[in-house]
Amino acid sequence: MATDIIIHDKKDNVGVVVIEKITPKQDCTCWIMEDDSTTNIQSINEIPLGHKIAMIDLNEGDTILKYGHDIGKVVKSIKKGEHVHVHNVKTKKW
Amino acid sequence: MEIPKSFLGYKRENGRAGTRNHVIILPVDDISNACAEAVANNIKGTIALPHSYGRLQFGADLELHFRTMIGTGSNPNVAAVIVIGIEPKWTQKIVDGIAKTGKPVEGFHIERTGDIGTVMKASKKAQEFSQWASEIQREECPMSDLWISVKCGESDTTSGLASNPTVGNLMEKMEPLGVHLCFGETSELTGAEEVCATRGATQEASAKFMKTWNDYNDFILKEATDDLSESQPTAGNIAGGLTTIEEKAFGNFQKIGNLKFIDVLEPAEEPKKGPGLYFMDTSSAAAECITLQAAGGFNIHLFPTGQGNIVGNPIEPVVKLTANPLTAKSMSEHVDCDVSKLLSREMNMSEAGDELIKTTLRVANGRLTCAEALGHKEFVMTKLYRSA
Repeated sequence: MATDIIIHDKKDNVGVVVIEKITPKQDCTCWIMEDDSTTNIQSINEIPLGHKIAMIDLNEGDTILKYGHDIGKVVKSIKKGEHVHVHNVKTKKW
Repeated sequence: MEIPKSFLGYKRENGRAGTRNHVIILPVDDISNACAEAVANNIKGTIALPHSYGRLQFGADLELHFRTMIGTGSNPNVAAVIVIGIEPKWTQKIVDGIAKTGKPVEGFHIERTGDIGTVMKASKKAQEFSQWASEIQREECPMSDLWISVKCGESDTTSGLASNPTVGNLMEKMEPLGVHLCFGETSELTGAEEVCATRGATQEASAKFMKTWNDYNDFILKEATDDLSESQPTAGNIAGGLTTIEEKAFGNFQKIGNLKFIDVLEPAEEPKKGPGLYFMDTSSAAAECITLQAAGGFNIHLFPTGQGNIVGNPIEPVVKLTANPLTAKSMSEHVDCDVSKLLSREMNMSEAGDELIKTTLRVANGRLTCAEALGHKEFVMTKLYRSA
């Protein structure tokens, strides 16, 4: 089955869209690079290539994990399957 | 894939080897650009490297200027050099620095002669150099003569997922062959700095990296009017899905694979500790970073891009790769190596690394890069602070 989303690390709570875009309510296949496993998720929004999707519900103040590492904080709660980007996540630096 | 043991390069007087055979006309300062460009226009087979600085600099900034000038002229991709400056003293200092390599170099100063007389004298010498260099043949050189620098640009999430790890895969496979490797981009390791520090081969290397990063971060905190969110990540990065500097940094960091760095270099500093991976303190702006790495002696550059950075360098060939299928399609004239099949999983990382090794060796052997064919020769000096 084609891969729609790639996740770097098992610990990650976001995945990256690797097809041109995913549409709302699309059932997506996710590949986890770290252990070569597969999982599924249904999207809420349209999300373009290269952009991130939340793999779990996230609350304000939660940490986004990608590459198994902290890449920023949630500033507006995010539902599982929603688009994750600059409107709901900010850097912890600067 | 079995990696070839050698490539076809130009052997130089100091034992290094070049992937290119340029005769350069190097202006010492901004006001000597016109003269340098006139000489390059007169004499075929030469290239002028105009830039914006070289007057009234002082202290560490002036030292960096000289290091970049001398390093550029000394790079093994350069066969011979004409140096042109307004005044004799700084011109001679650069000539003397380059002459240590044993390659032909001659300096000309414009004061008391004027542009026209200088162009005439320098053109005669440049013609001699150009015709001399045109007879140098490529010879078999051991792979260890490759000094490979890397830098990514217009990154997006496909960079961290695929094109940067492809470079990492190449590094893992080529390091055992005794190549020199170099990554930089101090600012774009922000967020991953502590993880990066653990990749020092020695405690000394790790400590030197943290000091370099902290010095940079202190400077940012002092100079920044708000935060760097407008510059890092860039608008292009954000359009490509990168959200924060930390995310960009962890993606960037994939370029070094599982390697450890043996030393931390000043901008434009030549590595002195033998083969292996080095970190160089550089800006993350593409042209500035590559100019510094070329001045450090690196003779071929790998440049993964997501959204499609188009940079080139006048003396160091820049090999572009991308994993973004939209970029590979819409900007194909800029892409030397397309690894977008990594995302559709029609290619695995080791296959992508092998593809990049093949492309790199073709370019080392003489194939023009996309950036060379398109005439990209961005030569951008790094300036540390304003002049006196």
